[in-house]
Amino acid sequence: MPVLTYREALTQALREELTRDERVFLMGEEVAQYNGAYKVSKGLLDEFGPMRIVDTPITELGFAGMGVGSAMVGLRPIIEFMTWNFALLAIDQVVNAAAKMLYMSGGQFPMPMVFRGPNGSALQLSAQHSQAWESWLAHIPGLKVCTPGTPADAKGLLKSAIRDDNPVVFLEGEMLYNTKGEVPDGEHIVPIGKAEVKREGGDCTIVAHGKMILVAMQTADALDKEGIAVEVVDLRTIRPMDIETISVSVQKTNRAVVLEEGWEICGVGAQVVDFIQRECFDDLDAPVVRVHQADVPMPYAKNLERAAKPDAAKAIAAVKKVMYLD
Amino acid sequence: MGAGAGGGRVTDTLSTEMPTKTDLPVPEKTDNGASATTSQASLRGELLRSMLLQRRFEERCAEAYALGKIGGFCHLYIGQEAISAGTMSVLRPDDYVVTSYRDHGQALARGIPARSVMAELFGRRAGCSHGKGGSMHLFDKSANFLGGHGIVGAHIPLAAGVAWAIKYRKGDQVCICFFGEAAVNIGAFHEALNMASLWSLPAVFIIENNRYGMGTAISRATANEDVSVRAAAYGMTGESVDAQDVFAVRDAVERAVAVARGAQRPTLLEMRTYRFMGHSMSDAASGTYRSREELEENMKRDPIVVLHDLMRKDGELSEGEFAKLDEEQKAICQDAWDFADGSPEPSVEDDLHADVLVDTTS
Repeated sequence: MPVLTYREALTQALREELTRDERVFLMGEEVAQYNGAYKVSKGLLDEFGPMRIVDTPITELGFAGMGVGSAMVGLRPIIEFMTWNFALLAIDQVVNAAAKMLYMSGGQFPMPMVFRGPNGSALQLSAQHSQAWESWLAHIPGLKVCTPGTPADAKGLLKSAIRDDNPVVFLEGEMLYNTKGEVPDGEHIVPIGKAEVKREGGDCTIVAHGKMILVAMQTADALDKEGIAVEVVDLRTIRPMDIETISVSVQKTNRAVVLEEGWEICGVGAQVVDFIQRECFDDLDAPVVRVHQADVPMPYAKNLERAAKPDAAKAIAAVKKVMYLD
Repeated sequence: MGAGAGGGRVTDTLSTEMPTKTDLPVPEKTDNGASATTSQASLRGELLRSMLLQRRFEERCAEAYALGKIGGFCHLYIGQEAISAGTMSVLRPDDYVVTSYRDHGQALARGIPARSVMAELFGRRAGCSHGKGGSMHLFDKSANFLGGHGIVGAHIPLAAGVAWAIKYRKGDQVCICFFGEAAVNIGAFHEALNMASLWSLPAVFIIENNRYGMGTAISRATANEDVSVRAAAYGMTGESVDAQDVFAVRDAVERAVAVARGAQRPTLLEMRTYRFMGHSMSDAASGTYRSREELEENMKRDPIVVLHDLMRKDGELSEGEFAKLDEEQKAICQDAWDFADGSPEPSVEDDLHADVLVDTTS
């Protein structure tokens, strides 16, 4: 199987879907001539031309709204935000327009569109450029929210998102673009709403998504050397959330740690813990522990940033805590 | 109207006079003078009918609101009907309309049945949005009526997106977008008009300047009250229109639509009008943010009266004919009320969770 970067996997998905359906177009800042701020759309302008790969002014609210309007009359826009931090300027169009149009029109106007771009922190970009938005967006009925953590899932989920007749929020890991993995050629589809067990183990479940899959796998590797078998459940999609896969895993291991990049309060992990207490109350041998970013805006200084971010050391400590080994 | 693509010239055709006959559209072949007159009279009659229907319908809305049959926010259009009637009269069925929350009159003028609109206001399943949208969110796909949007100005980019889709498909439709004068101060207006002009999109942006954004007078909100000059910032043609005169509206929109359809250039039109009622059903028509004297002065130029007077002067409509036309509209509104009142609410079992998402599992 070919080995691609996460970035190349996304480009492949875009190219395949642009070829398959001429209603699909990509619109955003620097997506065309500049080849994408993160080079995800590299080469696509030459292949598909300026009506389908569209450079916009710096005007997130405006072009997100244009995507909504074009979807109302049957096009299938992919709206790229250079990062999701800038998408806050357009959040009215995502939440008040795209998410609600089908419902408030009594089913007349579906929104077959994708809002995509990098999410979460990178390295020393400080407070305004280092945020994970999934808990905000997953709160909204009418949206689907995908958070691929591997190149194969990035391709398969993006193809599903583009083909979906609903508005899909697609959160790419800014630090994942250069990561590599095996990616099937051609028609590789990952269904939206299906989690995957990325690593099997019988002692403790770690539920994670997006970039935190890397941290979860590092944690599992490290603990394996100590004789602790961690099972890693990759949510892949935050809304709808695959409660079944989480439950089956926790019912097997009887212990869970929930790991996420975002903040604690009302975070994705809070929802996962709620599902676990509802579905697995009698199976738990210990309270579920959460690992997340410190409750501060992301600091710039290297040491402070490291301290604020969730990492393998924090996840290892959490697993030991739920196993009463600390 | 000013120069076309990129000219940025702004003209002001604000008129205080009635249109003369030469301003009015006439059939291309006029060998028979009688037929031209008949056509003019029938056009005037149709515009009068449209405005009367809107007026009588919304009078019933106010009544239904007082009785608790209509809930939530309810924004009446009374006084502004010439804008919807005049605009819709030049559109093709395959053109698109996107509007704000003050949308009842526009929905009716676009041809959405009064029954369907009233049922929506009553929160019934037979409503044009199946009881899910209400007063602010009227939608009808079959009429290319794309809402009814509740966030001031946020739908202006949607209209630019519809116009983008027209261009993408090499179509010759146009997209009309209505919004109030207060919306010109929101970023979405600026962002959408910039892109519509930058990319030469077939859209007509219509500011309904009723002089108050809720309770805030334009003079207290907008540095330059001459809002159509905003067009110059985008290299777009802008024009101000006396919108109590339905033919001035029709004429301006007809020219803007021709430019959108032909040269695919957008236009910004300011329709100078006045709202005869409060912002919504929760504020009085006068007394807090505007005086009774001001209201009464402006109500003298009721668009229905303006057109009726013109037709009477030209001997096109007898008092008896006017009364008959009016009674017909009242009967349509009574029928709409009875239909809405008697039709079922949405089902909690079947409808509450329906249409949150398109079902993609099958």
